[in-house]
Amino acid sequence: MNKIRVIARLDIKNEFVIKGIHLEGLRKIGDPNELAKKYYKQGADEIIFMDAVAAYYDRNSLNHILEKTCEDVFVPITVGGGIRSIEDIQNALKSGADKVAINTKAIQDPVFLETASKIFGSQCIIVSIEAKKIADGKWEAYVDNGREPTGLDVMEWSKQAEGLGAGEILITSVDADGTKRGFDIELNAKIASQVCLPVIASGGAGSNRDVIDLLATAKVSALSVASLLHYDLSTIGTLKRNIHQAHFKVRL
Amino acid sequence: MSVKIVVIDYKIGNTRSIMNALKQVGASPILSNDESVISGADGVVLPGVGAFSHGMENLQKYSLVHVIRNYAESNKLLLGICLGMQILFDSSEEFGETKGLGLIEGPICQIPIQDSNNGRLPHVGWGEIQQHSVSWDGTILKNIENYSDMYFAHRYVAVPDNGENVLSVTSYSNHQFCSSVKKGRIYGCQFHPEKSSEMGLKVLKNYVDLIRQGIDG
Repeated sequence: MNKIRVIARLDIKNEFVIKGIHLEGLRKIGDPNELAKKYYKQGADEIIFMDAVAAYYDRNSLNHILEKTCEDVFVPITVGGGIRSIEDIQNALKSGADKVAINTKAIQDPVFLETASKIFGSQCIIVSIEAKKIADGKWEAYVDNGREPTGLDVMEWSKQAEGLGAGEILITSVDADGTKRGFDIELNAKIASQVCLPVIASGGAGSNRDVIDLLATAKVSALSVASLLHYDLSTIGTLKRNIHQAHFKVRL
Repeated sequence: MSVKIVVIDYKIGNTRSIMNALKQVGASPILSNDESVISGADGVVLPGVGAFSHGMENLQKYSLVHVIRNYAESNKLLLGICLGMQILFDSSEEFGETKGLGLIEGPICQIPIQDSNNGRLPHVGWGEIQQHSVSWDGTILKNIENYSDMYFAHRYVAVPDNGENVLSVTSYSNHQFCSSVKKGRIYGCQFHPEKSSEMGLKVLKNYVDLIRQGIDG
């Protein structure tokens, strides 16, 4: 069995870490650099910075946050939100990111994923999918932080993204995000069973138990947590010990 | 005495992270692709992420192939990280066969995983490095505990012809691969020490110490 990665996800708006519910109704949490450092010290396996409004306002502004964070944080850092050109990826990597998460641009122009993974290697390119349940066993891909439907079926899109050279899939459940009521297990299980890529589950973790429940059913490689850490409901260390006690492997 | 550590800049790696990590362990690295700077270095780091062929293309573009070979032949310390390690080998099967620097004998091959039932590709995440045939004393893995976790992000692995070059092995989904190599004063890590938290920093610290000892000695 391989080690499950526990990733701290920091959604960012105007220089602040924020957290919403269903990706909306954003509430200020704190300073991105300080929180990234705190979660790194707690033993986070990776950090994700997600610009919550970049796609909406057509910009990308996390690079200076990255530059500072990567002076103190020595685990992989992913940046997402507003990545829409090869130059954006170059700038993010130059600023200290190891990977980029791409949603809107990949949906508008799937060939972009192929081009980007050829240039930077697939290990650098995460396809970020925002999924909203529309019927039993059916999810639709959204963009702009769960605001805009695309008409794309999440399962079909994830298969296609794998074929285009994405290296990982970050699947955010818009329905579960911020609710602290647990992951959309069915969504994560289904997506992980049909692609060969590592899948990162995101959205909904409100307790250590939620994470164990996810892992018991869905063959995900990683999971991201936000509210759980931001609201001091747990720490990375406690969560990882719980995962370990439930007989899954983690880096302790 | 301050040591001159050069991180090779061929526009292909996460050089900022490597520079930061080296600074964190007390070094003052220089980022360069200048022949005289590289040949005058006490220790060199060859970073790299992405495709093998793209890496070799860029080394050629910046006329660095013979510079790195000459440097390695001068018996000074060289550390290749991730793609930078793979490039030290003879050739890779990624996107058709591409020749590497040929400093360590052996090919680069894909991890043999076909479908999600026997594992996932790329291999992204933490894996334990395990002692193989060579002692870690006096190497970049000195005082690193056996089975320490390191961070990996790759689809291809080195298959050294000579087992004595294998410094550590790592298991991923029932496949065991070479996770670090040593041939004389040439080192390579398939993992990213700069992204492997405190343990990874310790590997880099060991490397910097080796360079310092090289000068003092």
